[in-house]
Amino acid sequence: MGELLDLVLVGVLLLNFALLGTSRLSAAIKFAGIQGVLLGVALFVSHEQPGFRLILLAVASAALKGGVIPAILLRAMRNVSIRREIEPFVGFTTSLLLGALATGLSLVFARSLPLMAQHAGVLTVPASLATVLTGFLVLTTRRKAITQVVGYLVLENGIFVFGLTLVEAIPFLVEIGVLLDLFVAVFVMGIIMDHIHREFSSLSTEHLTSLRE
Amino acid sequence: MNTGLAALGALLIGASGLVAACAGNAAPALADRVGAGVLGAGAALAALAALLALAGGSDTLAGGVLALDALSAVFLLPVAVLGAACACYSLAYFPAAAHPREAPRLRAAFGVATAGLIVVLLARHSFVFLAAWEVMAIGGFFAVTAEERQREVREAGFLYLVSTRASALCLLALFALLFAATGGPALSPLAPGRVSPALQSAAFALALVGFGLKAGLMPLHVWLPPAHAAAPTHVSALLSGVLIKSGIYGIVRVVSLLPDAPAWWGESLLVLGVISAILGVALALAQHDLKRLLAYHSIENIGIIALGLGLALLARDAGRLDVALLALGGALLHVVNHALFKGLLFLGAGAVIQQTGTRALDALGGVAKRMPATALCFAVGAVAIVGLPPLNGFVSEWLIYSGLLRTIAAGGGAVWVLAALAAPGLALTGGLALACFAKVVGVVFLGEAREPAAQATREAPAAMLGPMCALALACAAIGLGAFALGAPLGAAAQIALGAPGARPDAPFAALSLLALALVVLAGALGLALRWRLRRSPRPSGPTWDCGYAAPSARMQYSASSFAATLVRAFAFALLPRARPPQLAAVFPAASSFHSHVPDAVLDGLVLPASQRLADLLGRLRVLQRGSVHAYLLYVWIALVALLAVSGASR
Amino acid sequence: MNAADVLLALLAPLLFPPLLLGAITRTKARIAGRRGPPLLQPYFDLARLLRKGVVRSRTTTWVFLAGPVVALASAWLAAFMIPLGARGALIGFPGDLIAFAYLLALGRFFTIAAALDTGSAFEGMGAAREAAFSCLAEPAALFALLVLVKLSGSTSLGSMLGPELPQLWAVGAPSLGLAAVSLFVVLLAENSRIPFDDPTTHLELTMVHEVMVLDHSGPPLALILYGAAVKLFAYGLLLVRLATPFDVGGTALGAAIALVELLGLAVLIGVVESVMARLQLVRIPSLLVGAGLLSAFGVMLLAG
Repeated sequence: MGELLDLVLVGVLLLNFALLGTSRLSAAIKFAGIQGVLLGVALFVSHEQPGFRLILLAVASAALKGGVIPAILLRAMRNVSIRREIEPFVGFTTSLLLGALATGLSLVFARSLPLMAQHAGVLTVPASLATVLTGFLVLTTRRKAITQVVGYLVLENGIFVFGLTLVEAIPFLVEIGVLLDLFVAVFVMGIIMDHIHREFSSLSTEHLTSLRE
Repeated sequence: MNTGLAALGALLIGASGLVAACAGNAAPALADRVGAGVLGAGAALAALAALLALAGGSDTLAGGVLALDALSAVFLLPVAVLGAACACYSLAYFPAAAHPREAPRLRAAFGVATAGLIVVLLARHSFVFLAAWEVMAIGGFFAVTAEERQREVREAGFLYLVSTRASALCLLALFALLFAATGGPALSPLAPGRVSPALQSAAFALALVGFGLKAGLMPLHVWLPPAHAAAPTHVSALLSGVLIKSGIYGIVRVVSLLPDAPAWWGESLLVLGVISAILGVALALAQHDLKRLLAYHSIENIGIIALGLGLALLARDAGRLDVALLALGGALLHVVNHALFKGLLFLGAGAVIQQTGTRALDALGGVAKRMPATALCFAVGAVAIVGLPPLNGFVSEWLIYSGLLRTIAAGGGAVWVLAALAAPGLALTGGLALACFAKVVGVVFLGEAREPAAQATREAPAAMLGPMCALALACAAIGLGAFALGAPLGAAAQIALGAPGARPDAPFAALSLLALALVVLAGALGLALRWRLRRSPRPSGPTWDCGYAAPSARMQYSASSFAATLVRAFAFALLPRARPPQLAAVFPAASSFHSHVPDAVLDGLVLPASQRLADLLGRLRVLQRGSVHAYLLYVWIALVALLAVSGASR
Repeated sequence: MNAADVLLALLAPLLFPPLLLGAITRTKARIAGRRGPPLLQPYFDLARLLRKGVVRSRTTTWVFLAGPVVALASAWLAAFMIPLGARGALIGFPGDLIAFAYLLALGRFFTIAAALDTGSAFEGMGAAREAAFSCLAEPAALFALLVLVKLSGSTSLGSMLGPELPQLWAVGAPSLGLAAVSLFVVLLAENSRIPFDDPTTHLELTMVHEVMVLDHSGPPLALILYGAAVKLFAYGLLLVRLATPFDVGGTALGAAIALVELLGLAVLIGVVESVMARLQLVRIPSLLVGAGLLSAFGVMLLAG
């Protein structure tokens, strides 16, 4: 059981790197989607006897993160008809290096945390920290608004991984609420991107820097 | 049952705005009336609850979270009365038909603010108190900035918001202290000796600043005049009449919770009260805007109430319970009285402003000829606020004077010195208030209009006159019916002082008789004069003009000239500024004279200090580039730093 | 107080006050070397005015007639609060000295309003000055009364000025003396006597009280004149009782003595008016503040 979970989490970490290194927008969105599906699997795999609630949650999050949200983003991308390249502030190699640094730091840090026994040896906490930091990295270093949404998704994924340790403790309603929150955020972002594009004929967030009194 | 009634009333009041907001543009007049009706019903319930509680029956609701005792009832009664009066008034003053965008929002905000205030008065639980306080402040903000298109209104609203935030912070700290002292969120009196004096003093200081900001004690009064001038008149009436009294209520309630009161509490309240009273009325005298003048008078009256409170605290400390009861009874009665006559004055001023289109005193005049009923009601309010017999202002000021006089007659030490200085100070404010309101009544209502454009057109509509007459009658009723005030005031005061079963022993009946004698005597003389004059023909002519054949209305004394002597006498505190006419050549061109009295605390202290602070913080502007990426980078850096720090500390 | 005392206390403020005005005028005339009008001249003046008609300005409203009425009613009630002689006043209750001050303030308010009602620059001028000067005189009067309060331990005018007054003088003579001087200055200010106001001037620009009643005529003017006399009676009786505290026992004799002393006070006022000139208007606030400081000093002497 632990090994299977570790395997899935390693897949999540690898997808982080893939996200950081790709230069195509649609690839980034698809990687984030696959990461979401993997997380649903991780949820399923992390318990010996998954109850009905757990299965429902796993299926719902996989469907939402793996299917619905990437579909919304891809459709927004097509409507806006921008250039399909990711434009970063720092280069792709530098991003990868920074991502690796972040993963290393999270591994080191996780060792010094006072975790419960069942969570100590597993990759859950380091993976979650690494994913969160990767999400921040994407948010900070990418220009286009769509890539920022992808970064936000990765951030949420990282938090979800941390939540794997707490599934029994969190009420069902909270979990569903978090998923709903995510969905609504992406939906709203889709609408906003349309507006940004109409206003500036581009999705670069550098246009949004003028502060008003 | 009382508390339940009051809570239900609050609920109805709070919901009254929803109707107007929901109906929107469909049937604005009907929505207005229904909203006002619902608010009136809620106010009636609240008033009934307050009267029942004053008659002797306090109870609690929801396990002690809400409670209505005599002290809360004294503050609740004017809220209900004034809320209903203002709601009726606003039907004609700010109808939805004339202000389709602002009126529903204003009605909703008005209802929310009033409901929040009622819950503040009922709350006995820290969180409920704070939540209701915030609701009241936010509702008040939206009510004040109803006409937000104007820049002056926006600035006044901003100042109001900043001061409510500051006051809420102080209150948060206060309630945190109380929580730490009592171990729970319930607001119940502390056992003496259990809590350290330092903590009690800190709590009182926080209460003084936090509640004093709301009440408008000097020097924390800077938000009051702009907010009153900018808000629609019935909102100013509510603000002045009851919302700022919530500050006084807070101070009284906190004092009733803390058992051992050192002398400096009463002394600071008394001194601040005297300063607020004298400077408030002096500043009022110097104003040439009608609503700002009334706002400064509110500061003066808050000063008088604080004076009574301070004296009561000092007297209780010295063991003179009779003096404390008199002073506190006077202060509490003044709370009710001020709500009534200040509300009346604001409503009258609103009617005048609506009909003449201007607030400037130096342009108005002769309004009484076209608006006689409004003039009569305003005159009643003016006589009441100066504290002249036979109306209600005299009774409350007389009670406070009685406390001061008894202290002077048989006291000693620091209290005696303070009382000996406070009594003439109170007399000085009375004299200044007389000058100020004689000026207002004379300049606005009597004589002729100083600018032809500021002529009143016609009498105020019935929806505005009705509340004014009701309030005027209430003032007269309290003045003539002073004999019935002993028991309710005693019931309220003893809760604050912690002395059960006591009544202020003042000859209330004598006051009632004196008022009655005055009314009867003046009435008889008036009738005799009329009878005498009826027998002879009465030719009329122009006013004596000393042989100058063509006097004009501009030659009348203006408001600024009326006040000039006294402003000059108080120039050390008022700091008036004048721009003299520029007379250059041999045949100079037309020039003008302009004089203005700024608010010394606002223009001299608060604004420059905040400008300095803004400049200093402007240096940190460089961090705020507007780039989302930069902000996210800051978050990232913060996260990594936190992780590193917590990892290193293991 | 039996019925005779009540009747005396009732009739004295009603019938006596105009005699004071006559005494002042006669004194000034005599000092100026003239014979002067008869002592009862104010009564004749009042009777004449009551017979006359009224010309009303078109600018005025009901306030114009309410001014004299309220001023007279409040002055009467205030006069009833001062004891005639050493035995109690008609109206007395603890704290009535505040009622005394505020009743007179009520009269002042309506007089000022009636003045502003005419819409004339002259009346406005008088009203502004009256408001300013009386405002500054209030603390002075109250400080003086506080001396009495502290010494007597009571808050009612009747008992403050009652039979124990000689003992109070024995204890606190300096303070009471200062209070008396201060009260005299306040009396001159409130009743519009020199050095605050010249009651015989004809220049509107220099008047204070006279100009406020410029437009009144006939019966309202009679009420104003009479009301001013009653106000002088009230203040005068207070000062006289304070300054000459003997208690002769028997109310009728005490009342007669008080009335004679009032006449003496009127003569004193006449003398003061003859030997002094009217102060410059800008100096009057300083004089009033000075009087206030005097009586405040009197209070401070009792702080020990």
